[in-house]
Amino acid sequence: MSMEYHEEDVPHVLAVDDNLIDRKLIEKLLKTSSCRVTTAENGMRALEYLGLRENHQEDHFNGNVLKVNMIITDYCMPGMTGYELLQKIKESSVLKDVPVVIMSSENIQTRINECLEKGAQTFMLKPLKLSDVKKLRHQLTNVN
Amino acid sequence: MAAVSQLQRQFIEYTTSLYNEGYLDDQFTQLQKLQDESNPEFVVEVVSLFFEDSEKLLNNLATALQQKIVDYKQVDSHVHQFKGSSSSIGAQRVTNVCVHFRNYCEEKNLDGCLRCLQQVKHEYILVRNKLETLFRLEQQIVQAGGSIPMME
Repeated sequence: MSMEYHEEDVPHVLAVDDNLIDRKLIEKLLKTSSCRVTTAENGMRALEYLGLRENHQEDHFNGNVLKVNMIITDYCMPGMTGYELLQKIKESSVLKDVPVVIMSSENIQTRINECLEKGAQTFMLKPLKLSDVKKLRHQLTNVN
Repeated sequence: MAAVSQLQRQFIEYTTSLYNEGYLDDQFTQLQKLQDESNPEFVVEVVSLFFEDSEKLLNNLATALQQKIVDYKQVDSHVHQFKGSSSSIGAQRVTNVCVHFRNYCEEKNLDGCLRCLQQVKHEYILVRNKLETLFRLEQQIVQAGGSIPMME
């Protein structure tokens, strides 16, 4: 007997990472934790997907509303860092309330503080484990 | 044709040695935990991606270090990628060399970098061979009608 999820019940997560292996991994971790996943390979692509462009013009999707329940992004990415992406999301009236999680392989306290001060929900150390992502998933249900 | 239990024992012994000798760490176990009926080839898929990616990175590193004027930021960027992906699949020895490699990049130490390149290539080839052996063992078990033991 299979569980039938209604579209609204399954959180939709946008995962941003420039590393191909990490993208595959985060996608599997999230899917295993019952999330719908979209991946992006950099900040620009993420912003395009979210409907935000460089000049801060926000697209409105008619009818088919793009609903992203959480954004999880790597910190160190070429071009736009995860921090810069976080900034742009928090500056958007449409997206500022979407929780943003920052991941990094480096445990640098100033970096962590900087992200949390900018409004990141959590900072997670890579490589991510299944238990980390399950905790996140649990937080998502509480937020909603 | 070896009995299933004998193959399974071989598999357990081999896997244990890989962990004991530091070729693999807990992150590899995490990958195995993610494999299920909906995605029975997950570990092989991720590891194959790692192999492809690593070979590209090794070539890029060799090229970058051969330049008349070495761009250490570029070299470091490749090493950072390598460190990340090796860490994500649990290839501990590769990751460890990458840490030293990054230090040499910061110091702009060409000799150090060249030595690390050789070392990281060596460790990569070792872990690649070990993982290929492991996957072959798995295939043998499945072909003999057995199931792959879960390592805790």
